[in-house]
Amino acid sequence: MDYLLTEQQIMVRDIARQIAHEKIKPVAAKYDAEGIFPWDIVKIMAASDLCGIYIEEKYGGTGGGAMELVLATEELSRACGGISLAFAATALGTFPIILFGTQEQKMKYLPDIAKGKKLAAFGLTEAGAGSDAGAIATTAEKKGDHYILNGTKQWITNGGEAEVYTVVASTNRSKGARGAAAFIVEKGTKGFEFGKKEDKMGIRASATRELVFTDCKIPKENILGKEGMGFIVAMKTFDQSRPGVAAQALGIAQGALDLTIQYMKERKQFGKSISSFQGLQFMLADMATEIEASRALIYACARMIDSGNSKVGKDSAMAKLFASDMAMKVTTDCVQLFGGYGYMRDYPIEKYMRDAKITQIYEGTNQIQRSIIANHLIKETASK
Amino acid sequence: MNIIVCIKQVPDTTNVRIDPETNTLVRSGVQSIINPFDMYAIEEAIRLKEKFGGMVTIVTMGPPQAEEALREAISLGADEAVLVSDRAFAGSDTWATSYTLSKTIGKIGKFDLVICGKQAIDGDTAQVGPGIAAFMDIPQITFVKKIEDIKDSLICAERMTEEGYDIVESPLPCLITVVKEINEPRLPSLKGKMRAKKIEIRKLEAKDLDADPDSLGLKGSPTKVVKIFTPPPRKGGQILEGEAKDTSAKLVELLKGEICL
Repeated sequence: MDYLLTEQQIMVRDIARQIAHEKIKPVAAKYDAEGIFPWDIVKIMAASDLCGIYIEEKYGGTGGGAMELVLATEELSRACGGISLAFAATALGTFPIILFGTQEQKMKYLPDIAKGKKLAAFGLTEAGAGSDAGAIATTAEKKGDHYILNGTKQWITNGGEAEVYTVVASTNRSKGARGAAAFIVEKGTKGFEFGKKEDKMGIRASATRELVFTDCKIPKENILGKEGMGFIVAMKTFDQSRPGVAAQALGIAQGALDLTIQYMKERKQFGKSISSFQGLQFMLADMATEIEASRALIYACARMIDSGNSKVGKDSAMAKLFASDMAMKVTTDCVQLFGGYGYMRDYPIEKYMRDAKITQIYEGTNQIQRSIIANHLIKETASK
Repeated sequence: MNIIVCIKQVPDTTNVRIDPETNTLVRSGVQSIINPFDMYAIEEAIRLKEKFGGMVTIVTMGPPQAEEALREAISLGADEAVLVSDRAFAGSDTWATSYTLSKTIGKIGKFDLVICGKQAIDGDTAQVGPGIAAFMDIPQITFVKKIEDIKDSLICAERMTEEGYDIVESPLPCLITVVKEINEPRLPSLKGKMRAKKIEIRKLEAKDLDADPDSLGLKGSPTKVVKIFTPPPRKGGQILEGEAKDTSAKLVELLKGEICL
C-alpha cells in the first residue's frame, strides 16, 4: 500500500531498513542468546542521524515527529524487536522532555540524545505499581534547592545503559496520583544505583533493570512541569509513545511473515512446496491483511500526533492494542507454519514469537488500553 | 588534504544474467550499484577528510544515469561530484578511460591524493587506477590495505602482496588503489541523503577537457574486443585404474602421445 510518505520519511525508512538488513540481522540471534546490549548498532544509528529523527532541528534533530519514529522502529524491529528497543525506549524517555521540558532542559538534554551520544529511559513502574500507576511508592521530598528521591523503579528498559532518566515520583503521597511529579535524573548522580539485570523471555538484547534511589539529591530545576503534574506527564508521554510500541509489534510481525513466506516456498512436503497448499495460503493472506490494517492504523495515528492534535489518547491506545494483539497472533501462526523446525532455536522464527509477547504487556497492558478506549467512548457519548 | 575518488557504476552482479546468443550482460532490469571496491575508496577518503580536513571530490565517467552513483557517494559524506559524460567516450577501453579521467582530474584543481578501488567487478582489469597515475605522471601505490601515516607531503601505506605486504612511502600527490581489507564502509546518513538530493553535480563533456580527440572513446582505444564467449566447461578427465606399476607406464605412454614428451 502507498502511504504517500514525504521524501524525508522515505529516506528515514530506507536508512533504517538498510541498518536492519546489513547490521542487525547478522547479529540478532547472538545478541538474543547472550543478552548483549547493542551499543555497536546504536553507534551506527547515531552516525546515520536516526537518533534525532523525532527531535526539532534547533535541538540537533532533523525535525521529524511520530511518523518518522514509527517508520524507523518498524524497520529496525523487522530484524530484531530487542535491538530496536534501544532506539524506541530512548524516544519514550525523551518525550517527557520534548513535551514538558523548559527551554533550558531541552537545550541541555536533547542535542546529545539527537546525536545518539546518550540514550534515555522512562521510569514509572514499581513492584507494587504496574497498571495501578497511582500506587507508586517512590518519593521526592523537597529540601531547599533540591529534591531527595527514595524508592525503587522496576523493569526499566535501557536501565543502566541510558544516561538520561525521566522518573515519576510522589511529592505528596496523601494526594495519590495527584501528588506525583516527573523528574530528570542523570546517570552517575549520587544515590542513584541500578538493580539486577532481568532475564527475560524475549527482547533479550534490550537491558531491563531496576533504578534504585537512596537519598538521591537532584537540583529542583530537574522537575518536568510542576508538582502534581507527574501523571499528566506520564499519560501524555504514553499517548505519544504508544504508536512506537505498535510499530515495534508491526515490525516484528512483518519480519516473521517475511521469513515464513520464504520458508514455505523452500519447504517441500507431499512432493510440493508447502506454499502451494490452499489452507496455508489462506493463513498467509490473513496475516498479511492484518499486518497492513495495523500499519494503516499506526500511520494514521502518527500523522494525527504530528498534526498537533493533542486528543490522541483513544487512537494511540487502539493502535497499540490492535498491532500488539496482531503481532502475537501472526508470530504464533508463523511458528505453526514452520512446523517442528519453528519450535527449534536453530531457526529464527521462535524469537519473533517471544519478542512479540511483551508488546501486549508493556507501556500499558492491552487490558489497560481497552479501559482507556472504553473510557474515551463513554466520555465522548456523555458530552454529546 | 584534498582527495579525488574515481568510481564506476556497475551492474549488481549478484543477480546478473548473460545473454546466451550475444554472450553479453543482460542489462535491462539489473540494478546499478557503485563498484564495491570503490565503496572502500570512498570510505577511506571520508576518513582521511575527517582526520586531516579538506575536500572529497568524487569523479565518474559514464552515461548520464551514473549521476545516481555520485549522489550515493555524496550521501556517504563526500563534498562534491563530477560526472564526465559524452558520446565521444563510447567504446573506451582502459587506456582511453584512464586518459579521459586523468584529463578530468586535471580540470578539478589542486589535489593531494587520488583513490580508486583496486578493480571494477564487471571488467576486473585493475588497469584504470594505475593508468590514471601514468597519464598524470604521479606516483602510485596499488592494493593498499592500510594507510599508516600521511605527513610532510609523504604518504606511507601497506600494500597487499601474495606473500604478505610491502610498506611503501611516496611523495604527494599520489594515486592509491585500495583493497577491501582497508576499512568497513559506512552506511548513508539522513543529512547526507538530504544533501545528495539537492546537490548540483558538475558535468563535463569532451570539449571541456583539453583532450586530444583522437585519444578518446573507440578511436583512442588500442584494445579491440573481437569476440566475447563463455569458455566451454572443462570435461571430466581420465582416471587410470590398476596397480601403480601398470598405471604409471600407461600414463607415460599417454603423455608421449598427447604432448610429445
